[in-house]
Amino acid sequence: MTLTANRAPAEPAAEVRAAKRSNPLRFVILAALLALLLIVIAPLLIIAINAVKSPADYAGGGPLSLPTHLYWDGIVDFWNRVSFGQKLWNSFVTSFVVAVLGVVLSVLNAYALGIGKVKGRLWFLVFFLVANLLPQEVLVYPLYFLSKEVHLYDSLISIVIIFTVIQAAFGTYLLTSVYQEFPTELLDAADVDGAGKVRTLWSVVVPVSRPTLGVLFTFFFIWTWNEFFLPLVFLVSNDNQTVPVALGVLQGDRLMDATMTSASGLIGILPALIFFLVFQRTLTRGITAGAIK
Amino acid sequence: MRRKGYWVFLVPGVLASVLVIVVPLVMTVWTSFTKWNGVGEQRWIGFDNYTRLFEDSLFWGSFSNILLLILAMAVVPTLLGLFLAAVLFDYVAKKFSNRWASLFRSGFYLPQIIPVAVTGILWGWILHPDYGALNRILDSVGLGGLAHNWLGEPGSALYSVMGIMIWVQLGYPIVMFMAGLQRVDPELYEAADLDGASWWQRFRKITVYLIRPEFYVVLVTTTISALKIFGPIFVLTGGGPSNATLVPSYFAYKNFFEKAQVGYGSAISTVLTVLIIVLSFVFLRLQNRSVSR
Repeated sequence: MTLTANRAPAEPAAEVRAAKRSNPLRFVILAALLALLLIVIAPLLIIAINAVKSPADYAGGGPLSLPTHLYWDGIVDFWNRVSFGQKLWNSFVTSFVVAVLGVVLSVLNAYALGIGKVKGRLWFLVFFLVANLLPQEVLVYPLYFLSKEVHLYDSLISIVIIFTVIQAAFGTYLLTSVYQEFPTELLDAADVDGAGKVRTLWSVVVPVSRPTLGVLFTFFFIWTWNEFFLPLVFLVSNDNQTVPVALGVLQGDRLMDATMTSASGLIGILPALIFFLVFQRTLTRGITAGAIK
Repeated sequence: MRRKGYWVFLVPGVLASVLVIVVPLVMTVWTSFTKWNGVGEQRWIGFDNYTRLFEDSLFWGSFSNILLLILAMAVVPTLLGLFLAAVLFDYVAKKFSNRWASLFRSGFYLPQIIPVAVTGILWGWILHPDYGALNRILDSVGLGGLAHNWLGEPGSALYSVMGIMIWVQLGYPIVMFMAGLQRVDPELYEAADLDGASWWQRFRKITVYLIRPEFYVVLVTTTISALKIFGPIFVLTGGGPSNATLVPSYFAYKNFFEKAQVGYGSAISTVLTVLIIVLSFVFLRLQNRSVSR
């Protein structure tokens, strides 16, 4: 801004004209962005207003009118019909356990690769990178077959084991690059104090890298929460389903009317929205962390 | 001296990865050379599945659908996101305030946090031929003639899915690019201003040039997720109508779990895996070359 001010005396006429022109332009651009934003969030708004509308209200006013009164029965009916509380609990437990175990496994791997610099670490890294890229379709049938053999099919345990490993592949890759830059002075100091490898890991490396571990935890939790393909294959019985699977298989159910469908959409969005608000700061930091390779 | 004995920490991670990733991967590749219905005897048939695959018009169809989905999930969001990120960073943040810029960013990112099953419910409902909101809106503004069974007609299903995927993906490049732009030295922009560069020139010569690393990361990750796409297809169209939206991963899923042609499904997923890995390494090479140039 100061730059424009400095330049102004040299060509006053142009400057005045530019100022006059730029003012409406500013608001045209802002209006265009707002219109685009409205288009992006419109589907969510439509779902929200119809989730709290009674079927009669919907039949009368259509999908775009505001509800005449708040009607919670659609949500309550849906919640009870699919025992949504159970689904929430299943999703929460799996995502939480996967996030914890995934971080632990990533830390152990990255400690050996990034700080211990074990032999052949480049090959291990390539392995974890490739593991990261694999489509789940190429693993699904043998996993399905093997889990039946060991009686873990249709059990949350199988999902926890599989996702812990899959998420840790990403975590190892990311965390190793972080640990390669780990300040050597701290490690040397731990050495001098006579701390063993386990103590150094637990009382030096983990505390120092806690912010990164927090980001990883958040990622693992949300990713596992949103996973669809493998839970769809593995969790066939009603009591074991996670939220996405329960909602996904209900699609096209003839018993679902318009308002109940939007009710199901709304209660599916809410947990995700809550995580987003809770983790927002960590997330924006973390998305950038993933970019630095 | 500190380098010794760290391999112990790698043991759990490697064992778990072998169990969950290596063994299933090898089994799938092996199965792709056999005829197997999942329960009975597995018979070695050499390359028969692959020759059948390359003569299968459904397989080729699924790959041409994927090309269009790469356009919708990777190309369009990356380009549009680049432009929007530049407008938000270099115009809105400066002419209005950072608050506006981050408000827009969060809004555009919102569809990214919604679980895929919910995206399916949301759009399945909005595009529903009988009670969907979009047809109602078209009706009410007098464009009832445009009303469609958006996801249910072979002619429009894939384009509808593409539109939805642009909506889903757009926020990711915006967040990544805006984070990347934080690195850019503001003096560069001021110098360009002094030289009388227009906004468009600055965008092309500075913004685009400087965030090449993020550009590549976004393009690679979104292309890979397009190649892997399963959830949205499962919940929106189930690959239909008459295979108009069939994709490789869903094609493999159908062969595994609906048609019990496990060998054939394994061949499909093996081809997909090879394609993804080759593509990623080509991209990585290109990225390294362009960044170090």
